[in-house]
Amino acid sequence: MAANHRTRQLLRYLPVLPAVLLLLVFLAGPVLWAFHSSLTDAGLTGRSARNPEWVGLENYQRLLQDPVFPLSLALTVLFVAGSAIVGQNVLGLALAVLMRRARPVVSATVGTAVVAAWVLPEIVAAFAAYAFFSRDGTLNQLLGNFGASETDWLYTVPMAAVILANIWRGTAFSMLVYRAALNGVPAELTEAAHMDGAGPWQRLAFITLPVIRGSIATNLMLVTLQTLAVFTLIWVMTAGGPANGSTTLPVLAYQEAFKFGDIGYGTAVASVLILIGAVFGAAYLRLLRERKP
Amino acid sequence: MLLIGACFLLPLLWLVLGSVDPAAGHGTKVPQRPGLDNFAAVLTPELLFRPLWNSLLLSAGTGVVTLAAAVLAAYPLSRYRSRFNTPFMYGILFGTCLPATAIMVPVYGLFVQLRLLDSLPATVLFLAATSLPMAIWMTRNFMDAVPLALEEAAWVDGASRLAALRSIVLPLMRPGLAVVFIFVFIQAWGNFFVPFVLLLSEARQPAAVSIFSFFGQHGAVAYGQLAAFSILYSIPVLALYVIVARGAGNSLALAGAVRG
Repeated sequence: MAANHRTRQLLRYLPVLPAVLLLLVFLAGPVLWAFHSSLTDAGLTGRSARNPEWVGLENYQRLLQDPVFPLSLALTVLFVAGSAIVGQNVLGLALAVLMRRARPVVSATVGTAVVAAWVLPEIVAAFAAYAFFSRDGTLNQLLGNFGASETDWLYTVPMAAVILANIWRGTAFSMLVYRAALNGVPAELTEAAHMDGAGPWQRLAFITLPVIRGSIATNLMLVTLQTLAVFTLIWVMTAGGPANGSTTLPVLAYQEAFKFGDIGYGTAVASVLILIGAVFGAAYLRLLRERKP
Repeated sequence: MLLIGACFLLPLLWLVLGSVDPAAGHGTKVPQRPGLDNFAAVLTPELLFRPLWNSLLLSAGTGVVTLAAAVLAAYPLSRYRSRFNTPFMYGILFGTCLPATAIMVPVYGLFVQLRLLDSLPATVLFLAATSLPMAIWMTRNFMDAVPLALEEAAWVDGASRLAALRSIVLPLMRPGLAVVFIFVFIQAWGNFFVPFVLLLSEARQPAAVSIFSFFGQHGAVAYGQLAAFSILYSIPVLALYVIVARGAGNSLALAGAVRG
């Protein structure tokens, strides 16, 4: 009777199977495979492609000695902090706040411009950003009007260029999240503060921000995870150059695995990135659970 | 605020002006002799139609597979109580947190082992797997909104669970399913990295990849044509986004879904 009940319960969940299979084979599988092959000398071609040998922690030791790895770790932190945590997050919040005060026509127009950069396919956005920052591109034309000399932004300050490009591309997400969050702030609260003589900045700092702090935390986590994975934008704009000057971890993993054919070493880099993502992911889940008791 | 808006528009301006300027370069300028030459130049089967057809196959295939698997999975998760539900939902949400680009190197290895490299169906399955977690969350939310009482009435009339799902639940959540499908479609259509790594032969590459290999690597770059191609390639997703944003009543349909 009990066994029968159990079987029936399991049968009810049979429809979940296709989804679970897909997730196991194409997501969980590769993650486990990554950790495994980061411990081998697997290559793209040749003998080590057919019969990779177990090398233990050699790839990770190499990572620690390779001067490019700490550089690219630092660049990844810079990229995420600059473009996601500061750029997209703060600009998105500022736009959402300003849009509530602006006339509907203005806020709709600006909103459309911001969202357009986000909805475009990433490769198209990357081309547009590349053209914008290139030597005879739009930015230099604009600055030329003010008498500034031509700078090759992608060559002299590659990180600044990709950070600005990613802010341009990704701010819409934060803006949409914050617009929804602000709509959820009870009007009586801010009105009461207004009656008590609080100015706009005070109302923002002491009423609005504390009320939406859950959304702020969630948004920070999500934009961090999204930005951690950015590859196409950087690949098209600078390809990680010049001299690894904009090689973030995804670019490094790609280069090691596919350009230099060292799958084992490339997956070691990828494994580090997966671990960083897992830490942020776990923190994100905790956050969600606390918000929904 | 208008200034910020203008900053967001500037890079896009190049795209639009460059596409109608036969002599386009990196710079943004009003074309001397505007014309549709660039569009005419890329409107060939080889350059435009095959990659777009591949993009369509890839995105529609991913959408169909994802939606089918998501609906099936969402049904028991929405209709039965079990202590297995919550861990499962949080488990797949955790899956979405893993950086997609980091998984590409091991996925390439997996595809080599299974001899699936350069296979369109296998790429569809992988894309479906990556969009499934989000799709299951969205589909389940939409299904939770359909009252159980309606199904119970159908069961009383003798309908099986499957029949009730097909004739009662799915029709009621059609707008929600459309949002999920379009959401997955847009993501697959715009994805560059996955087909860039997994599809090798030019005949199978979608527009996201062909645009890169054709214009980026073979010598001189025809910027006007690049811009024209970019616009033609972007139009479908822009249109779909507008449909979703309108249909859902607010522009947060996509972002809101991400918050679970």
